[in-house]
Amino acid sequence: MGTAELRNIAKQIRYYTTDEIATLGVGHIGGSLSIADLLAVLYFKEMNVDPKNPNMENRDRLVVSKGHAGPAVYAALALKGYFPMEELKTLNVEGTNLPSHCDRTLTPGIDMTAGSLGQGISAAVGMAKASKILDNGARVYCIIGDGESQEGQVWEACMSAVQLKLDNLIVFMDYNKMQIDGTTEEIMSVANPAERFKAFGFNVYEIDGHDIDAIVASIDGAKQVKDKPTMVVLNTVKGKGISFVENALVDCHSMNFNAEQKAAALEELK
Amino acid sequence: MASKEIRGIFCDVLTEEMAKDKRIVVIDADLAKCNGTMGLRKIYPDRAFDVGIAEQNMAGIAAGMATCGMIPFISSFTPFATRRICDQISVSIALAKCNVKIVGSDPGITAQLNGATHMSVEDVGVVRSIPNIVIYEPVDAEQFRQAMPQIINYDGPVYIRMFRKAIDDVFTAPDYKFDLFKADTIKEGKDVTIFATGIMVQETMKALKTLEELGIDAEVINIHTIKPIDREAVIASAKKTRAVVVAENHNIIGGLGSAVAEVLGEECPTIMKRIGIKDRFGQVGKLPFLQEEYEMTDKHIVEAVKEVISKK
Repeated sequence: MGTAELRNIAKQIRYYTTDEIATLGVGHIGGSLSIADLLAVLYFKEMNVDPKNPNMENRDRLVVSKGHAGPAVYAALALKGYFPMEELKTLNVEGTNLPSHCDRTLTPGIDMTAGSLGQGISAAVGMAKASKILDNGARVYCIIGDGESQEGQVWEACMSAVQLKLDNLIVFMDYNKMQIDGTTEEIMSVANPAERFKAFGFNVYEIDGHDIDAIVASIDGAKQVKDKPTMVVLNTVKGKGISFVENALVDCHSMNFNAEQKAAALEELK
Repeated sequence: MASKEIRGIFCDVLTEEMAKDKRIVVIDADLAKCNGTMGLRKIYPDRAFDVGIAEQNMAGIAAGMATCGMIPFISSFTPFATRRICDQISVSIALAKCNVKIVGSDPGITAQLNGATHMSVEDVGVVRSIPNIVIYEPVDAEQFRQAMPQIINYDGPVYIRMFRKAIDDVFTAPDYKFDLFKADTIKEGKDVTIFATGIMVQETMKALKTLEELGIDAEVINIHTIKPIDREAVIASAKKTRAVVVAENHNIIGGLGSAVAEVLGEECPTIMKRIGIKDRFGQVGKLPFLQEEYEMTDKHIVEAVKEVISKK
């Protein structure tokens, strides 16, 4: 799939993510919209997955360690054909298969339960290690948050990914520089993440997280590297695509939507 | 008499089972030498490895591997295998339905000279209140040898609360057959039931001699699987003897004593007494000293038995 088509998919992911959240009236909009371009590339270009057989044995895997981005992942999964688009309307409705935070036991296509931050990246390391043992060629992708990287477990996982030489692991950091209580700089700096991960021994790229071609190029680069895991620092905008959400800055982590805001947001994403 | 160290059995069974079953992996957090798994790295270098002193990451790696069909065993000392990684066990392992076997060694006061920081008085309480996880505590070498393959074959998370050194044999009958989900009746009796787990089974066996001299016919049941507890066995014996003592190497809050009390309270209220750590932290000392200090000897079991019988 080419750049223009992937851009279009990313746009649709943003549209349906917003529709899910705004229909419900509240949700984690900011950190969902910031990873839409990455999800388009992963599900519609890179990952060896089969929506008709979500548990295919040797499939590539994605761990969304920042589990609160569930709504964006569900939009991507529905667009890919894992479940009907109408099911997106059930986000967080009692008894749903689409909870706020990703749950592997509920949603077809979700490879790991996440939401308690810092844990998913360890699971991704485990999956990459399993793939090495099984020698099945499967690649493991993982998305961590910048605020999430304040969790010590993220760095434990990074040490082990390097030690275990997991060149089949590609981690993306959604560096939108915001968290619930303020900017990451104000709360607990994770500045110069590329340098930090380099020092840990990763193969590192730092790119514009909304540039489809740059995302594709980083994955191509990672595939050429032997014996080292890759970290891609994505410079992103929290709430990307909806101006009033972007402008809410740190307050866009979780937002309420009334009917008027819903209409305005969807209009902008058309 | 003790036949073999429990950690030796752990390593022996894993050596055999890993040859048969390529899904089994063994992950350590810098305690492989203590827990007996170091030797596995020479035989299975790709499937037995260390993640350093990072128990949270160890639990997460294991969970991720389990989602790919592997059967990971992760080990540490009991406090670091449970209370330290309580959230990882809850979210990455239990909620995510990952088939991970968690091994904690040196439970309760058996951490001896490592003292309070290394003594888990609360591990069973912590793990027992997490849904979707089995808790098993071995008694002796033979029981553990039979338990391990059943634990491997059980598809789901299991916490093994493993005393790791040599301990007196209890299950010596040649026809002894272990069932992970059924309590082991060691001796039938009519006056009192002693439900015991872990090292307190051996202590109960010592108490039996005195009880016999006192003319007390005690029933002894080993609850090796604390969760899910064998409710039928607990109820049937309590109905028969109408007096219960529970002996465990754990805080009397949250452990086997609590589990038995929950069953009895709901099904057949019975006078009972709990032997164990009475809501205190640990301290350094050798086992005989600590058993005296925490009132966990055969004498204390005898006193508890006399007390519950007098209150029938």
